[in-house]
Amino acid sequence: MSQKVAIVGAGITKFVRRAQETGKELAWQASKMALDSCGLSLKDIDSVSLGTAPDAFDGVHMKGEYLSDGSGGWRKPYMRQFVGGGTGVFAPIHGWMHVASGMFDTCLVVCSEKMSTCYPHPQGAFLTIFDHTTEQALDPTLIWIFALEYNRYMETYGLTKRDIAPVSVKNKKNAMDHPSAQLPMDITVDDVLNSELLAWPVNRLDISPASDGAAAIVLAGEHAAKRITDKPVWIDGVGWNLDTAYWATRDLSYPRYVEKAARMAYDMAGIKEPRREIEIAEPYDPFTYKELHHMEGLLLADRGEAPQLLADGVTQRDGDRPMCPSGGALGVGNPISATGLMKVIEIFLQLRGEAEKRQVPGNPTCGLAQAWGDLMQVGTVVVMRR
Amino acid sequence: MELGKFKLGGTQLKQSDIDRGKVLTLAQTPDLEYAWDDGVAIGRYLEELKNGKIIARKCNKCGRIMIPPRMFCELCWRATDEWVYCKDTGTVNTYSLCHVNWDASRIPEGEPLHLPALIHIDGASPGMGILHVLGEVDPDRIKIGMKVKAVWKKPGEREGSITDIMHFKPLRAARKKSKKKKSGGR
Ligand SMILES: [Zn+2]
Repeated sequence: MSQKVAIVGAGITKFVRRAQETGKELAWQASKMALDSCGLSLKDIDSVSLGTAPDAFDGVHMKGEYLSDGSGGWRKPYMRQFVGGGTGVFAPIHGWMHVASGMFDTCLVVCSEKMSTCYPHPQGAFLTIFDHTTEQALDPTLIWIFALEYNRYMETYGLTKRDIAPVSVKNKKNAMDHPSAQLPMDITVDDVLNSELLAWPVNRLDISPASDGAAAIVLAGEHAAKRITDKPVWIDGVGWNLDTAYWATRDLSYPRYVEKAARMAYDMAGIKEPRREIEIAEPYDPFTYKELHHMEGLLLADRGEAPQLLADGVTQRDGDRPMCPSGGALGVGNPISATGLMKVIEIFLQLRGEAEKRQVPGNPTCGLAQAWGDLMQVGTVVVMRR
Repeated sequence: MELGKFKLGGTQLKQSDIDRGKVLTLAQTPDLEYAWDDGVAIGRYLEELKNGKIIARKCNKCGRIMIPPRMFCELCWRATDEWVYCKDTGTVNTYSLCHVNWDASRIPEGEPLHLPALIHIDGASPGMGILHVLGEVDPDRIKIGMKVKAVWKKPGEREGSITDIMHFKPLRAARKKSKKKKSGGR
């Protein structure tokens, strides 16, 4: 590649169940904050990478076009990225390509989501991701997929719901220190197990909420970054990978596509021993078991071992390998594409020592953010260093 | 930069804001209708379901017998070679006991739950499964690894749909006995 790429600024809105603002107003708020945070204006931006999830949430066809003004995309090279829930880490990967290629010196990456427009609940919009001929006729809900995967994960490694529920306790507690958080809570494992049973083994508190919200970052090439800030955070590795969409045919106990994405990013970043070198991570956690599942795919735990690390406190903020110090999708909220970018922003702030009450000890120098989506078979990963 | 130093956007609305007219909302239901052509492979699959049979497609290079059938092997990236009939029995790979309908509304107390499962079909390659639902079974007695068999609609009622199989039921034992509800802690 022709130049290194750094994150130099970031912006985010609150994540809320239903925002007064439109999707483009949210995009504008996050984008403006990102530019303000590093003292740039829109004229300093060479290209724009927008991430947003299914058009069906907003009921607006061609949402990339719809959100383009709020994202500062007019009269600029502008692209929309979309890989379902993986979008929030895919959009910065695309922005990275714009800058790393040498084509542009700066790129504004924006992710905006308005899920509340689809009512009473966006779950109905999720129906259309199932195969129209062989699956939709069975009246599936998206929760089926996760319940089936969760059950398979437990069965394969002999786990119980009690081994997995502490992810919700940890992340919702962490979110109490995040100013964007929608569902910060101080709860117990029993609260999770006794919350409404939606689709065994999935209870209400195993699931992240539907949210409205936006996030944005500013990327800059090596020379521009050093002019803009004395605390650039470098994107040293990127990876993405897609597995078969015949999801009923995959081994649901292990996310092989996440491993492939992680290996791609680790190779690029020169990481040989992820467990020693990745000091802090934001794996995608739309459901409790997914944080553990993804830790294993990211090679940050042996297969089936992540629940033990959780039980031992290793993944707490003050543990050896903090996971989701932001509070994650479970605590901060899950406006699909904005969630992944929120995770990138958390690692950016943690590596700069600017995460306030969320700051993990030990001055971490290397971290990663990961997202996951499509028909639960895409993995997107970025590795960052200060 | 610390997030705490910024005034963050994103204003939470409450139902009362909408009820009191603080926010005006324009509601519309898009009127869209689609007719999906079933294609070559799935077309035959549906036709055979109407005959009360489950058919798969074999790739002679990797040897996989694939269900749902496909006209090309996505791993070998070549055309598949032949049709192979499977049995209408299989094994539960994973399942859920679901209290929620497709639109997130809840199943009323006492009514039967949705019992989605991934079923590995006998006669297809190991690991080849389909999404379907279980029936004629006590939810508390469903187990991963349980052998199940398709329960078909009557021949005259089949229409060439995955729902020509009403559900899969246990091959033996584990029949429906009680309506006892599943607790959260199992
Ligand atoms: Zn093949």
